[in-house]
Amino acid sequence: MCASAKYNTRGPALIPRMKTKHRIYYITLFSIVLLGLIATGMFQFWPHSIESSSDWTVEKRSVHDVPVVKLPADSPIPERGDLSCRMHTCFDVYRCGFNPKNKIKVYIYSLKKYVDEYGTSVSNTISREYNELLTAISDSEFYTDDVNRACLFVPSIDVLNQNALRIKETAQALAQLSRWDRGTNHLLFNMLPGGPPDYNTALDVPRDSPRRYFILSSQMALHPEYRSELEALQAENGESVLILDKCTNLSDGVPAVRKRCHKNQVFDYPQVLQESTFCVVLRGARLGQAVLSDVLQAGCVPVIIADSYILPFSEVLDWKRASVVIPEEKMPEMYSILQSVPQRQIEEMQRQARWFWEAYFRSMKAIALATLQIINDRIYPYAAISYEEWNDPPAVKWSSVSNPLFLPLIPPQSQGFTAIVLTYDRVESLFRVITEVSKVPSLSKLLVVWNNQNKNPPEESLWPKIRVPLKVVRTAENKLSNRFFPYDEIETEAVLAIDDDIIMLTSDELQFGYEVWREFPDRLVGYPGRLHLWDHEMNKWKYESEWTNEVSMVLTGAAFYHKYFNYLYTYKMPGDIKNWVDAHMNCEDIAMNFLVANVTGKSVIKVTPRKKFKCPECTAIDGLSLDQTHMVERSECINKFASVFGTMPLKVVEHRADPVLYKDDFPEKLKSFPNIGSL
Amino acid sequence: MQTRKKYIFLTFLASWLLLFFFGGDQLRHFAFFSGRKTEARRNWPRWTDRSLLKSFADSEELQSDGDPSLPSPRERRAARLSVYKNSRCRMETCFDFSRCEKHGFKVFTYPRERDQPLSESYGKILASIERSRYYTPNPEEACLFILSIDTLDRDHLSGQYVRNVDEKIRGFPLWNGGRNHLIFNLYSGTWPNYTEDLGFDIGQAILAKASFYTESFRPGFDISIPLFPKDHPQRGGEKGWLYQDSVPPKKKYLLVFKGKRYLTGIGSSTRNALHHIHNGKDIISLTTCKHGKDWEKHKDTRCDKDNVDYEKFNYQELLHNSTFCIVPRGRRLGSFRFLEALQAACIPVLLSDGWELPFAEAIDWGKAAVVGNERLLLQIPSAVRCIHPERVLAFQQQTQFLWDAYFSSVDKIVHTTLEIIKDRLLPHRSRSRFLWNTLPGGLLALPEFSTHLGDFPFYYLQHGSSPSEKFTAFIRAVSPAGSLSQPILRLIQAVSGSQYCAQILVLWSCEKPPPPSGKWPQTTVPLTIIQGRGKLSDRFFPYAAIQTDAVLSLDEHASLSTSEVDFAFTVWRSFPERIVGFPTQSHFWDAEQKRWGYTSKWTNELSIVLTAAAFYHRYPAGEKPAGWGGSAVSCPPPTSLPPPRYYHSLFTEYLPAGLRELVDGLAACEDILMNVLVAAVTKLPPIKVTQRKQHKESVSQQVKGTTGAAGGRRFSQHQDCLNQLADWFGYMPLVSSQLRLDPVLFKDQVSVLRKKYPRLEKP
Repeated sequence: MCASAKYNTRGPALIPRMKTKHRIYYITLFSIVLLGLIATGMFQFWPHSIESSSDWTVEKRSVHDVPVVKLPADSPIPERGDLSCRMHTCFDVYRCGFNPKNKIKVYIYSLKKYVDEYGTSVSNTISREYNELLTAISDSEFYTDDVNRACLFVPSIDVLNQNALRIKETAQALAQLSRWDRGTNHLLFNMLPGGPPDYNTALDVPRDSPRRYFILSSQMALHPEYRSELEALQAENGESVLILDKCTNLSDGVPAVRKRCHKNQVFDYPQVLQESTFCVVLRGARLGQAVLSDVLQAGCVPVIIADSYILPFSEVLDWKRASVVIPEEKMPEMYSILQSVPQRQIEEMQRQARWFWEAYFRSMKAIALATLQIINDRIYPYAAISYEEWNDPPAVKWSSVSNPLFLPLIPPQSQGFTAIVLTYDRVESLFRVITEVSKVPSLSKLLVVWNNQNKNPPEESLWPKIRVPLKVVRTAENKLSNRFFPYDEIETEAVLAIDDDIIMLTSDELQFGYEVWREFPDRLVGYPGRLHLWDHEMNKWKYESEWTNEVSMVLTGAAFYHKYFNYLYTYKMPGDIKNWVDAHMNCEDIAMNFLVANVTGKSVIKVTPRKKFKCPECTAIDGLSLDQTHMVERSECINKFASVFGTMPLKVVEHRADPVLYKDDFPEKLKSFPNIGSL
Repeated sequence: MQTRKKYIFLTFLASWLLLFFFGGDQLRHFAFFSGRKTEARRNWPRWTDRSLLKSFADSEELQSDGDPSLPSPRERRAARLSVYKNSRCRMETCFDFSRCEKHGFKVFTYPRERDQPLSESYGKILASIERSRYYTPNPEEACLFILSIDTLDRDHLSGQYVRNVDEKIRGFPLWNGGRNHLIFNLYSGTWPNYTEDLGFDIGQAILAKASFYTESFRPGFDISIPLFPKDHPQRGGEKGWLYQDSVPPKKKYLLVFKGKRYLTGIGSSTRNALHHIHNGKDIISLTTCKHGKDWEKHKDTRCDKDNVDYEKFNYQELLHNSTFCIVPRGRRLGSFRFLEALQAACIPVLLSDGWELPFAEAIDWGKAAVVGNERLLLQIPSAVRCIHPERVLAFQQQTQFLWDAYFSSVDKIVHTTLEIIKDRLLPHRSRSRFLWNTLPGGLLALPEFSTHLGDFPFYYLQHGSSPSEKFTAFIRAVSPAGSLSQPILRLIQAVSGSQYCAQILVLWSCEKPPPPSGKWPQTTVPLTIIQGRGKLSDRFFPYAAIQTDAVLSLDEHASLSTSEVDFAFTVWRSFPERIVGFPTQSHFWDAEQKRWGYTSKWTNELSIVLTAAAFYHRYPAGEKPAGWGGSAVSCPPPTSLPPPRYYHSLFTEYLPAGLRELVDGLAACEDILMNVLVAAVTKLPPIKVTQRKQHKESVSQQVKGTTGAAGGRRFSQHQDCLNQLADWFGYMPLVSSQLRLDPVLFKDQVSVLRKKYPRLEKP
């Protein structure tokens, strides 16, 4: 404070005392600094407006101001397209090339108004829907404004409605596009019919009330022959079939498109679609019908009667899950065919239909993006979106699991397993564990993870001599997750995680555990079992280690599992669970149980009877577990993990695995695993 | 003055530093400083008057598509027949559906002519059809016809080329322009162009062809099949080579190819470029110029060195040790390499533009293969390197599933072809793509049973659902007395005591009529008596009354307690696709006699759970048709129940009549058959649960009771049954297990009061 005051008082005196040359120099420098600071300040305060400045670059113009292009009558007409086009013959993949994101680049030609020689416009410049569609493309990650980097070109010439097109002139206009080249890599959208008409949001909430009609036909301009066939169905099956038609006696001002009639009854359209289980979609002059979109939106199961109709996006959408396709010839049998669909499946189809609409038909944006994604999938098939992602509604995606080890393989016994012992400094006990485990016939390697950075592992000569390779891995940090690292040294699929104080498991028990794992290679197969319970008083999960009749977890102090789960634990553990475990030095086993159950949807397998996991000279798991604070902490872990996973993936079961002849009245020496359950 | 200057300079310096410290980051973003991107991205304009734009069509126009003046639908369909024919065939225009309506999907093969040459492969195809459940020897019943003329090899330079096919088929009265015919072909065209020409007019016949080119493929009509070698097994087939799931894939090579390099002619542009991606380390791409007689004429400078390198690697070794295998086009689009790579779990990288992939109508190849682009060969290495290890693991498993489900034998290839055609006949009763591409695959998930995923035992997890919480007990009564025996009364009491029991069905398979309803015990759950026909296999009749997913199948002599039933059911809910039961038996390979052996002795393993007391899912359970066996039916058919609506099932549909006869000739084969079938579907062993000792004693008494000659005969029949089934399947589907599932606290040293199932431990 003081210093600055001094400076201020002496400041003004400073300048006149200096030489003019210096003065100018300093003043310039000062002003530059000042400007710089002001500029910086401005950027500091306005950083967001710079990033979101798309408004600055988007032209604010009217559609009527777009440049006019006159098409001379003799301008070239493009050759007729090649009807036998396939992606590999007509699409120039070199334009797309390899890119690490596996995304195609789409360019949109700028909008022009085309007029013929007499100045009459060739078409409506652009429709509302096409503008929406182009806007969606332009906002998507596929868009590029660089025509040279683009792999797909979208003309701005609106050809959605073929009825409103002047074919020859439109073709001429297309041929004028700078990269047309017989249409190579160009994408045209043609919609009529089948676009999404813009109703209000009356249908946005799907209804759960029972549907009054079984079959409904709502199309207006049906061919009389179809109509008579439908009416025959109605005559046969009565009230449950409803055939609607155009209203003839509507008062003025009521839009005809929003009403349907049956005899003298008037129904609101599209609301009436929600009243029926199945809705007929019959072909008209064209195969596709706009009613399909309305039907999907209403969650009514479409019954498609249009031979040879390629349903929209059928390359990726599995329409069998959302619709019933009936050959035109079989129309008279429609009722009995639909009757044979199981009720539970109908419910699912209704959900599926609604989901298709929401995801792919709801707006021009949805249609545009689905189209581009399909083309993208064709160009980068190895990065394509999977069937499940396209077809499973969010509810199914959420509740279903896709097991990463889905193939029912029983791994060969000869492979054996790798035992991993995590240790800190209990060398004596560690050596006993090594000696015990080495007696198991199927052990193929032993890996000691030395988690103590302050102390070196004992000299090589001091380690027990065992018949399989023994490797010691030293870690950089004393973390529990080191136990679950997918070390390159693990060459077998099966991993036995074992604590350095678990000396009470017999060789028979361990070998049997390995055999059980072979039958359930995608599960955790372990010895001590634990349970999670819902505590109704506290309204949260509770950890239980008492003698219970159920298990939902096994401790990884002694458990077999697939090496793949080490990989998952290390690289794919959701949220901050891994850090939490390392910070608390606890619950790594619970985290592993959550992870495996979440990804496979299956329960653990507890093997062999319960043992006292206590040894005289060490604090074993059970010893620790009895500790009250320990229990509280473990319960906390369960609650924490359940909130990170967003669900409780653990499965409770009432069984454990024993050898076939366990405790049976049978000579012990003839049993494969006689020494089981000894204390 | 000097110090002042120093201060001033220091101030400047400090302010500049500050400026760059705080402002530099922002400045870098500013286009003016960076010089990069002088113009921002030009997006599609937000038109000021966009809300005023007109819609592309008014809603009236959208809803009233259709003009009554158009030709009537019937006329139009008739008109289509003349347009969509031959090379533009569609099912609706070229296939006569009416032929399939009366007798269902039946396939007829033309009688073989003596002098007609028949290649080994075509012989196997015909044998597969004749073995299948769709076969009919009567052309009147048939829906689909298969020629006896060998059309597999249509390369007229080949020795197996059959001449004058056109003339011959025109002589067949059934030919009818090829309608409803299915023609198999592996090779078409010949040097130098290898066109798709078959050398005869197939007319309206469906073509099942290998190396199909998309341009000549009639979508929804033709079927692309894989090229298979002539020693491809008839049935069963070899297993895939993947026996280990590892992440990251621990294979020596990333990408391999070993094959011919065409110096000229069709396909040479791809084959000639393959050597470019060879890096000698993890990508091995070896080519040889040696093929044909006159290769030295076209020889170029690379040839000599390439030929030497080529000999250094063994093809089989490469297949075993690589993650990806290049499957490029040969002269034709498909090659043997494709199936070889699939079996080896070496993910195929396809370089064969325009190839309609085998069974692509059903199979989602995006999950098992990388579809590359011939024109972008040089990008392949980086593309496959970028594929995530988890995806590689999924790819590998999918190759094995597809190989085993659809390709490992001629039977599977032919059946897949037939099933695809069958699915087209009734689109509403056909498999969704999900069923085709998920274990156990389309040949085992039958749409006749249901098209709803939740009705099958396999998809609960993927579908996000679970099996029903109740079961139906199904008791078979055979006591000749005509009155209720003590065991059955006890059994009904025990089962009805279970909290999970929904209903009890008693199948009365005795000569005498069942006792009146008053004699039956009072139960809390509905008890229904069904009059059976005195046959063992009645048990597997798909009774519509079974509404639960789980069925508890019981013999009247089974002695079970409520605890046992409860516990077994909770176990079944964890393993709904398997048989979960009490008494077990096992099979073994008898090396001396070179056949499968069967034992009911106590062993350390089990592979068969007796259906005398077992839970299973009604999908495999309701298995045998009403007319099973076809021999004397003395009792009237069950009338108390409505006929099964959609309750067809795996056995009725899956097993052909031939096998039914085979098994029917052997008594007591149905246990084995059931277990073999479930194991063939799941590839997993059944599950044994705890049983009280008492039960075993009664079983052993039973066994004692049937010792002697009868017991011996029974035993050898078991053995025969096992061997004949293994022969029919082409392999032994049964899988052994070494474990039994017990309650968590079973025989633990803890108070009985704490145990949920204390009764299971009673001696």
